[in-house]
Parts: sequence; structure tokens; C-alpha cells
Amino acid sequence: MTRIQYNKSINQTLRQLMKKDDRVFLIGQGITSPWYVGCTTTGLLSEFGSNRVIDTPVSENGITGVAIGAALAGMRPVLLFPRMDFMHYAMDQLINHAGSWHYMFGGQLNVPLTVWTIINRGGEQAAQHSQSLQAMFTHIPGLKVVMPSSAYDAKGLLNSAVEDDGPVIYIDDRWLYESEDDVPEELFNVPIGEGALRRNGKDVTIAATSYMVGEVIKAADSLADEGIETEVIDMRSVKPLDKDILINSVKKTGRFIVVDASWPSSGIGAEVSSIVGNEAFKYLKTPIMRVSLPDSPAPASSSLEGVYYPTSKTIISKIRELVS
Amino acid sequence: MTERTVHLSLNQLQAMYKSMLRIRLFEEKVGDLVRKNEIICPCHLYIGQEAIATGVCAALRTDDYVFSTHRSHGHYIAKGCNLDALMAELYGKVTGCSKGRGGSMHLSFPEMGFIGSSAIVAGSIPLAVGAALSFSIRKTDNVSVAFFGDGATNEGVWYESLNFAALKKLPIVFVCENNLYSTHVHISDHLADTDIRKKAEIFRIPGIQVDGNDVTEVFKVAKKAVDTARQGEGPTLIECMTYRWRGHVGPNDDLNTGLRSKEELAFWKEKGPIKRLEKKLLDNNFLSKSEMLSIRSEIEKEVDESLKFAKNSPFPQEESLLDYVFKVS
Ligand SMILES: Cc1ncc(C[n+]2csc(CCOP(=O)(O)OP(=O)(O)O)c2C)c(N)n1
Ligand SMILES: [Mg+2]
Repeated sequence: MTRIQYNKSINQTLRQLMKKDDRVFLIGQGITSPWYVGCTTTGLLSEFGSNRVIDTPVSENGITGVAIGAALAGMRPVLLFPRMDFMHYAMDQLINHAGSWHYMFGGQLNVPLTVWTIINRGGEQAAQHSQSLQAMFTHIPGLKVVMPSSAYDAKGLLNSAVEDDGPVIYIDDRWLYESEDDVPEELFNVPIGEGALRRNGKDVTIAATSYMVGEVIKAADSLADEGIETEVIDMRSVKPLDKDILINSVKKTGRFIVVDASWPSSGIGAEVSSIVGNEAFKYLKTPIMRVSLPDSPAPASSSLEGVYYPTSKTIISKIRELVS
Repeated sequence: MTERTVHLSLNQLQAMYKSMLRIRLFEEKVGDLVRKNEIICPCHLYIGQEAIATGVCAALRTDDYVFSTHRSHGHYIAKGCNLDALMAELYGKVTGCSKGRGGSMHLSFPEMGFIGSSAIVAGSIPLAVGAALSFSIRKTDNVSVAFFGDGATNEGVWYESLNFAALKKLPIVFVCENNLYSTHVHISDHLADTDIRKKAEIFRIPGIQVDGNDVTEVFKVAKKAVDTARQGEGPTLIECMTYRWRGHVGPNDDLNTGLRSKEELAFWKEKGPIKRLEKKLLDNNFLSKSEMLSIRSEIEKEVDESLKFAKNSPFPQEESLLDYVFKVS
């Protein structure tokens, strides 16, 4: 184990994956830029050459199809989007093609594609440079969606995504890039579809994604001083979802909050609430709550941006609402 | 097409000089304010490209539409939109041209025909085509302009938009500002054929390459293209050769990143659009040095006023966060 930063963990994993398996290659817009992707691709071009580290023109729709085609022909591409907002041009290829190809042809063909995409928000970047689109992808049959919240999971999930025989949307977050964790040097797997218990508690269960896991832990720690014990679950994989870990926890606590910093309507929170409501109804003592973004595009102004993103404070007040 | 000669009056030349200088001085101020962390939103500065927005917008009427990109301050200013509201927008103030919701990359000023800037590469090009379609359906004589960079020609929607506009002979002018870079990537690394002008041929529309640092040349070419569009003769693609002096985003020049050379930047600064026009104005006795200086100080005052206005303006109220998600009618 070495203590390393989240972004360095991604960089290390990409290097190891490309060394280990020559079917793996990196393609996408911004890969060779000194600033775009936060040091995650540093050194890869010089080590593996422009055959396998391909910075592309701004052509998201076409390049996504190209990556899918390469996957169909036996490669294991890692397709990069420097921010999620630029994926909309690629939606046709991801939904109509990557997501359906295996099913549509009766299982004869598969698309071992990793779509690595970055949430990059804040800094008054406004509506087109702030989006978190995990829910859009969980809506699509055939796509798996993972959201590592630590340097450890960043490595284990990236490895699992690349090894997966189908398309996996791997979503990280620039706000996590400097966070540190103990990470094994060798490649290892965090299985897709397994949540992780981050904190034990008996009063309320909170399931969270990605960056929000840290905010939830902060909230839980501060409420522990008041005697409220919060159980924290990191979903890690939002599709497929680890239902068991959620339901087992709710059996114990009887209260449930789901925290995901994307839009509320038909979102991750809605899906998870429905599952917990259905399968753990008899254990629930209070209604299920969710914490999300407001139902609006991201504003530029600091005064509005300051209230746009949920924080540990938002979560604390939600927990207080439930446990009182 | 028949050759039409375009004559520029002294007034027009002076107005263009003012417009270019307004853009330059505004952008230099913005660069300083970004360095001081006074302005936080990402700003893609237009310094070096002033002649293009100015020359094209000088050929337009107020009721002609302009659609723009992430690098939109110059287009906004050249279209005659309010400077105070621009600076206030960069400060995220409620008095900003997008009420503090958009920041630098999302400007709008509908009263002056500035319909908005999109920070999705090529995102606003089909919108400009759609506006032209509306003009053509309603048989008005307005013209629509799409500004975009060399990088935008990489997107599929660029081809789709030009094809449709050409097919329907829509009143639109496509203005490509070829500054040789798409973020960190040189044009030779992002286009198989870097001759953007020539791409017009596949749509069978006129494609003209022009020195984008020569405002009078840009104006002449734009005027002809706008007249052609207005007369129902269809779109033109204008490729304006230019260079951005600052980095892709922010006030620095990117030289330390090794993405481009000192020599290249120096070469293009030498060919700078404002210097060029100043020489022309002086050589022809259109403006004296002292007249230029007084224009400059007038504009400096305007920019300072806009800064004062921005600083003194209030931020949007927190409670107003959900305003404008839906149009309330
Ligand atoms: C769909 C999409 N992909 C990527 C980006 C990131 N990006 C912003 S500007 C830009 C390059 C644009 O180059 P060009 O069109 O030449 O305009 P310039 O910046 O040179 O004015 C890129 C790739 C984006 N904004 N939108
Ligand atoms: Mg460019």
C-alpha cells in the first residue's frame, strides 16, 4: 500500500493496464493537454506512443463510435471525456450502439469499452460546464455505471471496468483529485455492483455517491457529538446497484437518506428510494429522504453557485429532520 | 457572383477602430481582473482577433442575429451590446447581460441581435441556421451569423448545419475564426485538410479566406456575404486567418506550456489587427496620433465605468435560484 492522490491513482492504473494488456488504449479529446485532465494522463503519451494514446479532434459523436468499433474488433478502449457536459454529442453512440449491441445481436458480439468521464464543476463555470449525468446513463439498459469516491476505488473500479466485457461508464470527479488514500501498488479489483460500508451507525442510513460520500461522513462525524449515529454507505456502483447492503442497513436503522449531487427528477435518488421503499418498507420508521442538486441548470454567479451544490450542512439538516 | 466594390467612409473606419480598441482594452482589463481573482468564471479572451468580430458586425444591421461561442466578448462588443452589462455578467451580478446566470461563456443581448453564446463547441451553429430558416419562412430580410473557431469544424454538427443551410439557401454567414488552435492542439493535428475555406465547395457555397487581422478586408468580404444572404442567394463561408495572443483560457500566454513558440506569438503580434489599422489611419491622415490617444482615453473611461458598475451591482438573491428554469407566461 502507498498513500497516493486520486488523480495519481488513475494515472498509475492506466499505465499498468496498458502495460499488462496491449488491447487497452486511451482515446479522447484533451488527453495530451497539460491542464485538461488534471495530471491523470501525464507521461502516458511518451511511454506508449501516439498509437495507443490518442488525443482526438473535437468530434465526440464520431470518436465515441470509433471507440465502440475498436472494442467490437477486439480492443479494450478507454474513451475519455474531459467533462461530462461534452458527452451529449456522444449519446447516440452510447445508447443506440454501445448499450444495445450485445442484446440486439443475441449475444454474439460485445463492447468491452470503458467510458471515462469527469465531473468538473464549480468555479462559476455555469450550465454547460458543470454537469453530473450519472442518472442519464443508469437509465440505459446495457450500460454499467461506477463512481469511485476514493483513490483506492478509483484504481480497483477502473481495473474492473477495463476487464468488463461490456460498456462501463466510469465517472470521477475533479473535486476528488487531490484526496489521498492507501492504494495497493499492484492492480486489483473492486467488483462492479458492490457498495461499501464507510461508517457504522444505528440511527439512520445514508447512501451516497462519489464526492458526496466525504460530505456525508463529515456530517455524520459532527452529528455523532450530538449522539446521532449515522451509517454511511458508499454506493460505488450506481448500476448495477448493491441492493443488499442498503436493505440490510435499513433493517438496522429504520431511516434512509440517499445523497447524490445530480438533478432530482428521475434521478439516482428516485431509483434508490424506490428500491428501499419496496424492499425494506416494513423496517422504515420515517419517510425516505433525498439530497440532490436543485432542479435547475448550474448558475454562474458565486451567490447562486454557493447554494447550488449540497454540502455536509445540507445533509446535517436532512438528518436532523429525520432523527428528532 | 458579380464583384461589388465596397467603399469605406471615414466614419466607418473610425467606428471600426473604436470597436476594436474597445474590445482590446476591455479584454486587457478582464485579463488583469482574472489574475487578481476578481473575476472567477473562465474567460476566453479575444485579444488578437478583434478585426473579425468588428469587420463582420460592421456589415450587419441591429436586427441581424449573431450567435457565438465560448470566446464571445468580442462578438458581443462589436454587435454594440452594453459594456456595463458585460462586465457585470463576468462578476456574476444580477445586472449582468444574463442576470449573473451565464458568466463569460454565456452572453446574450437580444435587443442588439445578440442571441447568445454556447460553450459547447459548434453548439450554436445550427441555432444560427435555425434563425436563418425563420427569416426565410417569414420572408424577412434579416441575416444570421454563426461565429465559430477552427476546432468547431471537427464536429459533425458543423457539416450538418452547413449542408442544410446550403440546401435551403438560407440567409446566413458562417464565420470561421481560424486562430490555428483548438485548445492545446495545433490545426495540423486536428484537421486532415487544414484548408477550411475549401470545405465550402462540398456544399456548393462560396468559401472565402481572408486576412482576419485586416479589418477592412474582413468588412469587405463580410459585406458581400451579408448582402448575398439578404438577397436570398444563400450562405457564405468566410475563413478568417488570425491568432489568439493569450492562452486558450485565462490571461496567460501559454508559452510556458510549450504548446506554441515565442517566435510564433511574436510573428502574429507583429501582424496585430489594431496596429495594422492604426498605421492605415495614420498613413492616410484619417486620424492623428493625438486623436487616437483621445479615443483611447475615452474608451478606457468606458471600461472603468463598466467596472465600477459591475462592482457596485448586487449579486442575484439566493431565493432567485430557480427563476428562469421555465418561462413563466
Ligand atoms: C463539445 C465540446 N467538446 C469539447 C469542449 C472543450 N473545448 C472548449 S473550446 C475548445 C476548442 C475550440 O477551438 P476553436 O473552435 O478553434 O475555438 P477557439 O478556442 O480557438 O476560439 C474545446 C475543445 C467543448 N467546450 N465542447
Ligand atoms: Mg481555434
